[in-house]
Amino acid sequence: MQRFDQDIIVNLIPRGARVLDLGCGNGDLLTKLKRSGVSDIRGVEIDDRCIAACVRKGLTVFQGDIDEGLGDYDDASFDYIVLNQTLQVVHKPTLVIQEMLRVGNKAIVSFPNFGYFRIRWYILTKGQMPKVDFLPRDWYDTPNIHLSTISDFQAFCRTRNIPIERLIGLKSCATGKTVGHFQNVLSQVGIFVIMSEREVPN
Amino acid sequence: MYVVDAVPRTQYYAIDALKLDCGRTLSPVTVAYETYGQLNAAKDNAILLLHALSGSAHAGFVNDKGEQGWWYDFIGPGKALDTERYFIVCSNVLGGCSGSTGPDSIDPATGRPYGLGFPVITVGDMVRAQKCLIDGLEIETLLAVVGGSIGGMQALQWAVDYPDIVRSAVILAAANRLSAQGIAFNEVGRQAIMADPCWQNGDYYDGTPPRTGLALARMIGHITYLSEESMHEKFGRALKGADGYRYKFSEDFEVESYLHYKGNRFVERFDANSYLYITKAMDYFDLPDLTSIESKMLVISFSSDWLFPPARLKALVRTLRRKRKDVTYCDVQSSRGHDAFLLEVGPLTELLSGFLDNVYGR
Repeated sequence: MQRFDQDIIVNLIPRGARVLDLGCGNGDLLTKLKRSGVSDIRGVEIDDRCIAACVRKGLTVFQGDIDEGLGDYDDASFDYIVLNQTLQVVHKPTLVIQEMLRVGNKAIVSFPNFGYFRIRWYILTKGQMPKVDFLPRDWYDTPNIHLSTISDFQAFCRTRNIPIERLIGLKSCATGKTVGHFQNVLSQVGIFVIMSEREVPN
Repeated sequence: MYVVDAVPRTQYYAIDALKLDCGRTLSPVTVAYETYGQLNAAKDNAILLLHALSGSAHAGFVNDKGEQGWWYDFIGPGKALDTERYFIVCSNVLGGCSGSTGPDSIDPATGRPYGLGFPVITVGDMVRAQKCLIDGLEIETLLAVVGGSIGGMQALQWAVDYPDIVRSAVILAAANRLSAQGIAFNEVGRQAIMADPCWQNGDYYDGTPPRTGLALARMIGHITYLSEESMHEKFGRALKGADGYRYKFSEDFEVESYLHYKGNRFVERFDANSYLYITKAMDYFDLPDLTSIESKMLVISFSSDWLFPPARLKALVRTLRRKRKDVTYCDVQSSRGHDAFLLEVGPLTELLSGFLDNVYGR
């Protein structure tokens, strides 16, 4: 399946940037970045089969959990830290976001938007945890423990004084169509570019 | 097309003199080595393989004595070190007893074996001897240096000492220093050898070698190469005889019998003084400064290894990452302890072949 969320992220990152991808899986995003000319790229991934797949693709990856993957690095070691569709599975989202903005100048965070209208409708009509194409698993069988909405994440950033540089509401990962209005209602996926305080002009 | 030599032969390379870290110069020096596959015209497909404590130059295929190489499953056509693509060189370490100059070699000054007259050597010295061999084979760059345990230490030393030659380094079950626990086990092994009356202060070559001491050292070592889990799986509390306990201090349990067997077999092929010298080199190994490294690195730990636990390898990787070195780290799930680097053929082949493919790039 074509992953337009990945393509959008690739387009957000300039050539020459230093990038760390947290939860890089099989290395698909990193490979796309590499092909687009971004060469200083690293990944962190916990699953050993994914590590082998990344090695096969010639990527530089570290096997460990996400918190471990960040602690080693000095402040501002990377231009971009990516957390693509992974925020909802981490145990300590606040800590991870803080660390991302310490080690990286900017962070790209994407997650499934629980405010999407079909999800709202699903809960309203069925009264059950939603199962839709981009959230396909049963409540007892999902690794997702911190689901949120685009609006939730905006509030999260506001209370922590984290500047949001950009928000892209993705109508569907499969078509790549974005929405400009009512993003919390119309997007399946929210992609945020947030900035470290260091990046904010005085 | 060329034909891969089905029966590898150990060859010998002579070095006039080698300056050692201890300040002494060793002269002359012989390096025993084997090669597999063929060096291509561009000379960019050479891989230097580095053996562990008790290994030898005979790493791959089956030799004329019918012995499989110590990394047999990893070397050959289509294997991790693919002999149809790569030229693999493996040499016996300096201080070893399988053809390279070591304490059992003749000291030209006395006409008798060196014994304890042999200088104390370091991992750096071993690597310097290997560099002479590589120069002698007219290899200017190494596609990879690959090693496990003390072989991994050598690979790391190569990457630090010769950054312009080493394009990539694969470190298996080794770190940039030996832990206190590792030194402790080595010292117990050495004490076992030196406590054997046959050891004679290292001067036993005319008489009976310290078999009991060396076998005991090997038994201790072997425990550290396995894991609690693998010993439980392999032996449990299984008894040797069918009649239950013997109520004697002879072998009751399978695990005892296994260790005795390993110990006794080892003394047939290994020199006790070599054991002292090589373990000492391991103890001394400590590379805090990794700044010079330019190679692409692949560091692999094994989850049940307690001689080089994943935490020690992670500490190495952490240092390398902080310095922004190109390092990939993988912790292979295995119950087989330190020896996993010889045994986990599936996952290691996947990682190694994928890694080498990319470094080779064709």
